Amino acid sequence: MNNFQYSRATDVADAIRLLAADPGAKLIAGGTNLIDLMKENVERPSRLIDISRLPLRDIEETADGGLRIGALVPNSDLAYHPLVEQRYPLLAAAILAGASAQLRNMASVGGNLMQRTRCAYFYDTATPCNKREPGSGCSAIDGLNRNHAILGTSASCIATNPSDMSVALVALGALVHIAGPSGQRTIALTDFHRLPEDKPHVDTNLGTGEIIAAVELPKHGFARNYSYLKIRDRLSYAFALVSVAAALELDGNAISEARLALGGVAHKPWRSLEAEAALRGRAATSDHFSRAADLLLHGATARAHNRFKIELARRAIARTLIQAASATPQSQAHKKIA
Amino acid sequence: MADAANQIPDRIPINLVVNGVRHTLDLVPWTTLLDALRDHLELTGTKKGCDHGQCGACTVLIDGRRVNSCLTLAVMKDGAEITTIEGLAKDLTLHPLQQAFIDHDAFQCGYCTPGQICSAAGLLAEGRARDADEIRELMSGNLCRCGAYPNIVAAIQQAMGRP
Ligand SMILES: Cc1cc2nc3c(=O)[nH]c(=O)nc-3n(C[C@H](O)[C@H](O)[C@H](O)COP(=O)(O)OP(=O)(O)OC[C@H]3O[C@@H](n4cnc5c(N)ncnc54)[C@H](O)[C@@H]3O)c2cc1C
Ligand code: SF4
Ligand code: FES
Ligand code: FES
Repeated sequence: MNNFQYSRATDVADAIRLLAADPGAKLIAGGTNLIDLMKENVERPSRLIDISRLPLRDIEETADGGLRIGALVPNSDLAYHPLVEQRYPLLAAAILAGASAQLRNMASVGGNLMQRTRCAYFYDTATPCNKREPGSGCSAIDGLNRNHAILGTSASCIATNPSDMSVALVALGALVHIAGPSGQRTIALTDFHRLPEDKPHVDTNLGTGEIIAAVELPKHGFARNYSYLKIRDRLSYAFALVSVAAALELDGNAISEARLALGGVAHKPWRSLEAEAALRGRAATSDHFSRAADLLLHGATARAHNRFKIELARRAIARTLIQAASATPQSQAHKKIA
Repeated sequence: MADAANQIPDRIPINLVVNGVRHTLDLVPWTTLLDALRDHLELTGTKKGCDHGQCGACTVLIDGRRVNSCLTLAVMKDGAEITTIEGLAKDLTLHPLQQAFIDHDAFQCGYCTPGQICSAAGLLAEGRARDADEIRELMSGNLCRCGAYPNIVAAIQQAMGRP
């Protein structure tokens, strides 16, 4: 780790002020991603601004029946919150599919949204990486790319976003509340993470000096017909090769509303409005599920080692939709895929 | 690194209550809680395996919750109550988990064991595990390279009071 200064923010305005005062400063919440990257010399902040004591730890119902979740709510507290278990079990499942119990106790909602890619070259300062060092090149494109993206890639970067929580939040239509030097703003989570394009060093549309204050869920939680299926190299405590969040509203066997998002396949949680539209008004049958999978994976391209992900994703999408439609969501503890 | 390394930040005074004993420490901000425990308080029961959150050997309880001390900065925990493996036994009576690990031979080399036991103490406090599958899943943050997993699960079941 490099040497750095340490400040403890007294409130959100103070955190914003401290950020503005030192361009090399970084916020720290749970520390589970940032400290790891600092130990690898990938992140070298001149100052850490400790926001972990700010009063952003509440989970409150909103006036229109949704939920507002403070950016510092620990991942485990969110997953086990009674309102989340009852009304947004898809979110609980995705969180519990990620990391370990210890890490979930530490990790914050804001930090989870901001966590960086697990591309091995990004972590290895001896290799070129456009995300770590703009303009140095991408070692993964012609290197070991088994874990890399199949959708939305660019000639500069083929990294994936590793978050499980974000995949469920995107499917549920979450909003992100942001505070910054010029006030507050709110954006859809689908617009929060970026595709790499020619600027892979920029992961999100969070502006310089801004801080995530909260995440908001709309009222509709899809508590009956949902599933989060995460496929990985070992049964637990591993990042996704492919993960699927599926949420349906059924009227008999007819789909009246559908949400579908993929993790592990792109630089952001991958959602396709076409795929969801293709399910709406249709019967919940495997033909329609396969068609939705094709639409969601439209344009998928593989590199030398990740071709398997396209077929894996196709099958995982269809399977997750079956689990959702039959109200038998994937258990995150009993690993058999029903 | 040339950038920030030129400025040497001040040591920061912090208080930690570790296993019921209050300590005042002056630490540079990049000291992890793990290094503070091992190198400054000489509590070497907490182990460093990976130093990256990937093995669980460094698990301790902070204000009753299990965390990875290798990914925690000590200065961020000023005022916190920490419980390490050294703090679980009461006087000369082993913690039920410690006794259960002995009863079930739940270790070989023992390197992962302090982390396993602290993590299991957190698991019991959380009250989320009801069967062996749930224990396995909620203990997945603790690797055991000796592969003592079946006996670790059995030990935790004993401590939970389930046969
Ligand atoms: C071994 C291991 C396995 C893991 N496995 C998984 C997994 O399977 N699935 C998964 O989803 N995740 C996994 N994770 C990642 C984990 O979920 C993240 O590290 C965690 O969510 C980050 O949250 P944090 O509060 O600790 O962030 P920090 O490390 O404190 O911060 C991360 C980044 O977010 C920024 N930040 C933090 N809070 C805010 C805010 N309010 N506003 C703006 N910026 C902010 C920081 O400046 C920093 O850049 C794993 C991590 C480890 C170490
Ligand atoms: S895929 Fe992205 S993060 Fe990985 S080496 Fe290429 S530029 Fe870096
Ligand atoms: S030493 Fe902390 S998790 Fe391995
Ligand atoms: S007993 Fe040797 S690593 Fe677990």
